[in-house]
Amino acid sequence: MNEFAELVGNSGPVTVAGGKTRWHVGGDVHPEAREVRAPVGVVSYDPAEMTVRVNAGTSTTELTSVLAESGQRCALPERGGTVGGSLAVGENHVEVLGRGWLTTSVLQVTYISAEGKIVRGGGPTVKNVSGFDLPRLIVGSLGTLGLIGEVILRTNPIPPQSQWFESNDADPFSVTSQVLRPSAVLWNGASTRVLLEGHELDVAASLRSLSEIGAWNEVQGGFDLPKHRWSLTPTQLNTCTGTFVASVAVGTVWRDEPQPAHALPPSVIDISKRLKSNFDPTGRLNPGRSVF
Amino acid sequence: MTTSDEALLADLRRVLGDRVRADSAERALLRRDASVFEGGSAGPTCLCESTEEVQQVVQIALAHDRAIVPRGAGTGLAGGAIPLGSPVVVSLSRMNRILEVDTEARIAWVEPGVVNLDLTKYLTPLGYHFAPDPSSQQVCTIGGNVGNNSGGPHCLAYGVTNAHILAIEVVLADGGVVTLGGLNAEPAGYDLRGVFVGGEGMLGITTKVAVRITPNPPAVRTLLLSFDTPRDAATTVSAVIAAGIVPAAMEVMDQRITIAVENYVNVGYPRDAGAVLLAEVDGLPDGVEIDAKRIAEIGREHGATDVRQAQSDEERMLLWKGRKTAFGAVAQIAPNYYLHDTVVPRSKLADTLEEVYRIADEYDLAVVNVFHAGDGNLHPLLLFNGQEPGIYDRVHAAGAKIVEASLAAGGVLSGEHGIGVEKQPYMHQMFSDDDLDHQERLRHAFDPACRSNPGKVIPVGHSCADIQSLRATPEGVWG
Ligand SMILES: Cc1cc2nc3c(=O)[nH]c(=O)nc-3n(C[C@H](O)[C@H](O)[C@H](O)COP(=O)(O)OP(=O)(O)OC[C@H]3O[C@@H](n4cnc5c(N)ncnc54)[C@H](O)[C@@H]3O)c2cc1C
Repeated sequence: MNEFAELVGNSGPVTVAGGKTRWHVGGDVHPEAREVRAPVGVVSYDPAEMTVRVNAGTSTTELTSVLAESGQRCALPERGGTVGGSLAVGENHVEVLGRGWLTTSVLQVTYISAEGKIVRGGGPTVKNVSGFDLPRLIVGSLGTLGLIGEVILRTNPIPPQSQWFESNDADPFSVTSQVLRPSAVLWNGASTRVLLEGHELDVAASLRSLSEIGAWNEVQGGFDLPKHRWSLTPTQLNTCTGTFVASVAVGTVWRDEPQPAHALPPSVIDISKRLKSNFDPTGRLNPGRSVF
Repeated sequence: MTTSDEALLADLRRVLGDRVRADSAERALLRRDASVFEGGSAGPTCLCESTEEVQQVVQIALAHDRAIVPRGAGTGLAGGAIPLGSPVVVSLSRMNRILEVDTEARIAWVEPGVVNLDLTKYLTPLGYHFAPDPSSQQVCTIGGNVGNNSGGPHCLAYGVTNAHILAIEVVLADGGVVTLGGLNAEPAGYDLRGVFVGGEGMLGITTKVAVRITPNPPAVRTLLLSFDTPRDAATTVSAVIAAGIVPAAMEVMDQRITIAVENYVNVGYPRDAGAVLLAEVDGLPDGVEIDAKRIAEIGREHGATDVRQAQSDEERMLLWKGRKTAFGAVAQIAPNYYLHDTVVPRSKLADTLEEVYRIADEYDLAVVNVFHAGDGNLHPLLLFNGQEPGIYDRVHAAGAKIVEASLAAGGVLSGEHGIGVEKQPYMHQMFSDDDLDHQERLRHAFDPACRSNPGKVIPVGHSCADIQSLRATPEGVWG
């Protein structure tokens, strides 16, 4: 961490690069910004505690395989890139209903401030309300408030059984009232794919309930997702047309074209501006990028 | 410049009429919450009934250079709702309407004064509940739950309050109204909603909340495991988690509290067990059966002397009634108690628990433990008689040692009660100056002038300049 802090320093525009899988989200970084990388590697992992301490530069693929060796997983999306990059962007796993929300999975975050200081928020335990919730602020902030160096994430056991099913005739919006806790319900306008997870007998029972609303076949995974992510309310999904994949009960929709930007309310922008200027008074962290 | 109480009162009464309370009895009452801390003198208390009224009160307070303190039911245990200096108390308890329930979208819009259990009661016939279930749920409010990011026995599997809040309407300290978060999947911008939860009233006043509602599970199994020692119960808890089972709840009670509960409500807990573990699994019938069996096995492998499974809903409710009335039962054994709240890694539960007993011995205090073991969330209750001279110093010193032991075990200051004024002096033990400085910067983004609930959470010296003067006012925080 000390090395990373020195690398970031306390002056001049600076940006941190992860896997660059979402490099253009939030706008392009000023070309003069010095590019640094966060430290890599899993720092410590105690499966019995269901937490992992990991450096931000670690690839999500590496983390996923380390956790899998102990029969666990986490809420980070598995689409390449680094842990820090995924947290900075803040996108949830497509199986968010089963994996949990990204923000609630971050227990502690250590980042380098605009002044080059090491700052820590949150705490190492699975439950904690000690002080204001800096981890929430940093997740999804695109590195505009601090550059993530290390995090402690909550992990979860990989369920004994995990199976996707597809139906061409079931009403996607009836799925969540048929089965208790589906891990994902995806709909592309023509068919519905549902991920059922848990004990083998539970998955079988859920499938029986699903059969009441349609015919289902086993499939190998969810749909291929179009490039752009839209954020809607779950009740807006039934208006989707064209080429899309919608995450039912969540509200995320993947499309070929980006969601039209719409401005945040002025009062939200006021708070956001104050946050940015309080955390990064000279605007040196990821200049050019903004979340508001 | 602080103008006189009369001018302030007159302005407030123009808006709220007789819903402004300023008599000395009321003010005295509001100097406290459910903690042992006592504040300065509460300024006028405003029983607001709408967002607009809250806004007007905030603006009037601002015009009179008074701070504000949002207050729900006042069941907080860290002194979060006590007045420092003489702020205007904004009571939200009359804003207690459930505004809208949408079972399809699984959300409910509620006012902040809605009592936690009232919401769940309302949702029960619809097949839903509000997952956070603090033991105080019969009285505490959703606004208070949001303020403290409260937990409860069933937050082990379901997550604490923050996981169940989608959007919050807030009256900021400058009188502006803002909605944080939203009902869409991933609201744009910084996660201001997420940050606001657990803000202890220092980031603004909650006036409306969209909460996630959770479908009631079709199958539930509740087990009561008896052990010879708290250590056996604690190691069982970490072994269950290590086995990859995430029960809905795992609560441990030591012998003293178990007996007290039995004497109080007579729910059939064993009086001879050194500790009991109340474990619950929920979900679909088959999986629940498998998990319940496995928990029973793990318990036996770790020294359970008896495993009882509730055979009916009535029996299940009875077992829970015992746990939920534990704090009431304590009153049977001692006139006063001080409830601590720290978290340690689950693997350190047994050792830390023994350290807690040792500390209590050292300070010649009785202690009972009843806690959210599944999360590693300890709740030692130090029992005492407040009339005994010098007792508060001893209780305070023992408490400090407990906090120290928890941090040394790799734990944190608070799992669910918050920092308030209680844990403020310990913040330095967990956070560096730079960490605290950033928490303060976050606070200032919401409330640049430090008007909302000033003097809490961030330790003196890091806080706004006016805190020193606030701090001078309380007449001995150790009431
Ligand atoms: C017997 C007992 C058992 C308890 N068990 C638990 C438990 O299991 N889990 C747990 O987490 N807690 C528990 N608590 C603590 C307490 O009940 C919770 O913290 C509860 O959420 C507080 O709600 P309240 O309405 O009483 O809030 P208050 O005490 O009135 O306020 C709490 C904090 O929130 C702020 N606040 C309140 N309303 C608003 C609002 N509308 N806008 C902004 N800020 C606001 C206040 O300023 C204060 O800082 C227990 C307390 C008791 C007495």
